[in-house]
Amino acid sequence: MQGFTLVHPARFIEASARVYRRTFRGSLVSTFFNPILFLMAMGIGLGELVDRGSGTATIEVPYLTFLAPGLLAATAMMTGASDSAFPVMAGIKWRKSYDAVLATPLGVTDLVIGHLGWVGIRLVFVTTVYSAVMTAFGATTVLEGLVAIPPAVATGLAFAGIVMAFTARLDDSQGLTSLFRFGITPLFLFSGTFFPISQLPGWIQPAAYATPLWHGVSLCRGLALGTDFPVDPLISIGYLLGLIALGAVLATKTMGKRLVK
Amino acid sequence: MSEPLVVARNLTKSFGELVAVDDIDFQVRRGEVFGFLGPNGAGKSSTMRMIGCVSPVTSGELEVLGMEPGRDGPRIRARLGVVPQEDNLDLELTVYENLLIYGRYFGLSKSVIDERIDELLTFTQLDERRKSKVEPLSGGMKRRLTIARGLINTPELLLLDEPTTGLDPQARHLLWDRLYRLKREGVTLIITTHYMDEAEQLCDRLVIMDKGKIVAEGSPRQLIEQHSTREVLELRFEVGTQDKHADELTDLGSRIEILPDRVLLYTDDADKAFDEVHGRGLRPESTVSRRATLEDVFLHLTGRSLVE
Repeated sequence: MQGFTLVHPARFIEASARVYRRTFRGSLVSTFFNPILFLMAMGIGLGELVDRGSGTATIEVPYLTFLAPGLLAATAMMTGASDSAFPVMAGIKWRKSYDAVLATPLGVTDLVIGHLGWVGIRLVFVTTVYSAVMTAFGATTVLEGLVAIPPAVATGLAFAGIVMAFTARLDDSQGLTSLFRFGITPLFLFSGTFFPISQLPGWIQPAAYATPLWHGVSLCRGLALGTDFPVDPLISIGYLLGLIALGAVLATKTMGKRLVK
Repeated sequence: MSEPLVVARNLTKSFGELVAVDDIDFQVRRGEVFGFLGPNGAGKSSTMRMIGCVSPVTSGELEVLGMEPGRDGPRIRARLGVVPQEDNLDLELTVYENLLIYGRYFGLSKSVIDERIDELLTFTQLDERRKSKVEPLSGGMKRRLTIARGLINTPELLLLDEPTTGLDPQARHLLWDRLYRLKREGVTLIITTHYMDEAEQLCDRLVIMDKGKIVAEGSPRQLIEQHSTREVLELRFEVGTQDKHADELTDLGSRIEILPDRVLLYTDDADKAFDEVHGRGLRPESTVSRRATLEDVFLHLTGRSLVE
């Protein structure tokens, strides 16, 4: 094994970008409209009720402002997880495009790092659009929207690696459906995106604190709004970065096992 | 004799308990078309994947282009072309884009790739399809595109895993013609196939594999000479009576093979055997006398029972 360089992963990223150029139209609608729909429904519709009710007792800022950075992190999670689910399954099994890649000088590590690199680029794009929409809604200022982008991207990448590792072990898409139904969707709802964890029953709170999305949400919210972090932000940053590294290592392992037999 | 591009000694591949490739030796020389012939599950594809450096060798030695796959995989793959059994093209992309992307994996510059694409599209008769998406192309076109893709890095060695499986006869003949031209240009080809006519048409040398082992090796002609008689007399008797009739014929050929619907008599002179059959008062429903083919060798060596 020669020393690892980023030349090979970069080639994978380039290829992904070329494929994306052909196929991005489908995802563009959801990229732009999801944030608009969510901020309108939850932020403005529901937010109005929260702000006029007892919500102000727990939330120091208008609900829309509270929600927006959390939703940014949650969206990044969704993007990271879904980019590593069905497309990866297609590469492994349905299209076998990964076999074609591995017949070139690229190896499994190049493929995994390249995939995560590409997902990272996608995340920057998606979160930037989201943050622009947030700002347009008056939820945050331009600067607030911008500082929330890096932790959101990290959140998305943390999921991308782990989900890729998971997908590589599956025989069919049944497991992916379950992953979203029993993993990603509950996280989306109960990781402090829509309401502070303190609203959950006490016994379940530790579980919520342990989820990567909660750390992503609290980083995005704390950085963007300048509010108090529920835990030391360095812990959250370390947690997310650690998870990215773990995901990359695990994904290399499971993808290798799956593709290099 | 030219230098070997691939050398395998005691090459073995197992998946847990299953031994897919069982202690085989072979050499592929520069410039030849070398074939792996065998029934499904014989270990052909596993062998190909080891040569392609995408499957680690379990034990034994393998040398490809003078290097060792376990250590120099990326460097070897940079000089190989691979045409897998199933086309794994990017269906949303155009013919041109598929080739461009693949060329970039090898780190070739766009101008080099563009020039190469022009040549390859002409070579594979896909010029007119340059801007077409891949999805609607016919099976033969997709196959040719996969071959063009495998040639984008001007490989010294092209690996083709069952290149014509699933193609219609016209598409197969076109493909054979292209492969033959590649050989003339000096590209070494390794193909796996379970089609005898393909092996006879294309291969300079081949090995017949069965249950992970190499059971015979040589040129198609040598194999026929070594493992079969020159001619074969096929006798079709009334349904259900093949066994009975075969008993009366055993002394007429060097070997006799009983199939459900006919009896094959291996002999060096089929006409003489035919007269003899008649002389004994036997009246088969139909007879065919023909030259022995690779198929006879293959069926003799790997058995007639269906392996599933």
